[in-house]
Amino acid sequence: MIAMFACMVLLLVGLYAVVIKRNIIRIIIGFSLVEYAVNLFFALVGFKHNGIPPIITDVAQSRSNFVDPVPQALVLTAIVIGLATTALMLALAMRIYEKYRTFDVTEIRRLKG
Amino acid sequence: MDARFLPLFVVVPMASAFLIPLFSRLWPRFADLIANAAGAALLGLSVNGALCLFANSQVLLYHMGGWASALGITLEYDHLTALVLLAVNTVGLAALLFSVRYLDHYTGRWKFFSLFMLVLAGLNGVTITGDIFNMFVFIEISAVSSYALVAFGTDFDELEAGFKYMVIGEIGGTAILLAIALLYAKASTLNMAVVSQVMAGFGHTPLFWFIVATFLVGFAVKMAMVPFHAWLPDAHPSAPAPVSALLSGVFIKVLGVYAMSRVMFNVFGLSRANAAPLFNLLLAFGVLSIIAGGLLACAQKDYKRLLAYSSISQIGYILIGLGIGNYWGIVGALFHILAHALGKGLLFLTAGSVEHATGTRDLDKLSGLEKNMPVTAWSYLLGSLSLAGVPPFAGFFSKLFIIIGALSAKMYWLAVLAALFSTVTLGYLVKVVNKAFFGRKDLEPTPAREAPASMALAMLGLLVLTVALGIGFKPVLDKLVGPAANVLLQGLGYAQGVLGR
Repeated sequence: MIAMFACMVLLLVGLYAVVIKRNIIRIIIGFSLVEYAVNLFFALVGFKHNGIPPIITDVAQSRSNFVDPVPQALVLTAIVIGLATTALMLALAMRIYEKYRTFDVTEIRRLKG
Repeated sequence: MDARFLPLFVVVPMASAFLIPLFSRLWPRFADLIANAAGAALLGLSVNGALCLFANSQVLLYHMGGWASALGITLEYDHLTALVLLAVNTVGLAALLFSVRYLDHYTGRWKFFSLFMLVLAGLNGVTITGDIFNMFVFIEISAVSSYALVAFGTDFDELEAGFKYMVIGEIGGTAILLAIALLYAKASTLNMAVVSQVMAGFGHTPLFWFIVATFLVGFAVKMAMVPFHAWLPDAHPSAPAPVSALLSGVFIKVLGVYAMSRVMFNVFGLSRANAAPLFNLLLAFGVLSIIAGGLLACAQKDYKRLLAYSSISQIGYILIGLGIGNYWGIVGALFHILAHALGKGLLFLTAGSVEHATGTRDLDKLSGLEKNMPVTAWSYLLGSLSLAGVPPFAGFFSKLFIIIGALSAKMYWLAVLAALFSTVTLGYLVKVVNKAFFGRKDLEPTPAREAPASMALAMLGLLVLTVALGIGFKPVLDKLVGPAANVLLQGLGYAQGVLGR
């Protein structure tokens, strides 16, 4: 339970970085933190104390002690999606730097109204 | 059509997205050819599926890999799915046809078409899936491709808008993932039908409302309801025009409105009877979106930016339709999904046509285009009349149904507001007519040539459909929109339809 609250703290730290920081790279790092926090939370959903891997080797073993494998599979998918988004964000950041010659979001403001 | 064809809605665009890079090395025009053929095939599939559904009105189910509903991914095709798929694939095909000539002044033709087909795959996937995590994956597929498409021009504006859109959009996507994690912790299953049956046993605890709220934040970002709208007026105008048409026409509705209403009504079983505060919240956001979007649109000088603010305002209409929560309100909301998809898709295509011909979107620099571009001008005029709710076009009936819903729910102020703001809609849309197309006779007409045949065909196709949807509203209402509204109103009955118990 404490670990889950720690995840939420991590999520808030990441959100803080996304909202407050002015440097694009720091915003991307903040976003990664948000993503890790949610992924970790999702993995913890399937966690069990003294759990065993969900591979049936001995039918006599207690079935109730398996960790839930589904969240792990889902988190794996979410990590891959996160990889794609982070890569695209960094690619955009590079192109922005080539155009604007800065990473400061307060100087990248041509669209308004 | 039997259920074995359901995976094709995802397989066709996905396969063409990967075939385009391969074949366009042989001959660059293969990209256009494959993309348009796939778009036409998707539209054919949607029409065929809808006709099939009208004939025997039975929910079609496909179990991926032969796994039973609770274990594997189920694809599910009912009236609501049919309605949204028709909207997506109609606008998709028109935008693809329009892109063929519009892309003449862009490089990287095959990259564009490949990304476009991935967006279509994601939109079709979100609509057709019956598994909540699968829905998240498709949301991300279409969202990530759309970020790349918004930044496709790679100039100052496009990059800024793309980055802003991406950061805000991904926060929304992560909120949806968090909500799914919480939901899984509670329900221990991902199939939407099974989840709804499990959740029905838990009652409305604080955790339940926290999950609903987290979902709502995610979908609110995706649909750009005020105050989550900051990215839309930058992102939609910066994208190439066919992408704007797809994003404003269907993207925000599939990822936002459709996904939200499916989760709220069918998975959580919420209705006005058991969750009145939530529906009042939707009404409040809807009213806020209508007012803020409408007033901000009036102040715009950029052709596409004006249309983007108008989209926010029209999303507000769909939201109040859902928030009213009775049969006519939901019918109005769903009818407006169709009417706005066709109408706003058409208007963004005319914006692309004007930009293609004159190289500018600044309304102060455009004048008298009706003389040289009659097809574009008349498409814009009739499309904007439809969106503003002038009879007998499609937009009139959606607003009429929403007002009937508001009156029968005894929310008279809402009916007055909806009617009042459709005049504001007419006001800002006519501003473009007045400045760019028909008015300002004293100024020299901007030199321009009419759009090429394929672009004109795409616009005329959407125009004909808009008019046809208005004139033939009765059969559409009886056969498609009415049953689709009943899918949402039946709430947890959805699970019985899918699981057969």
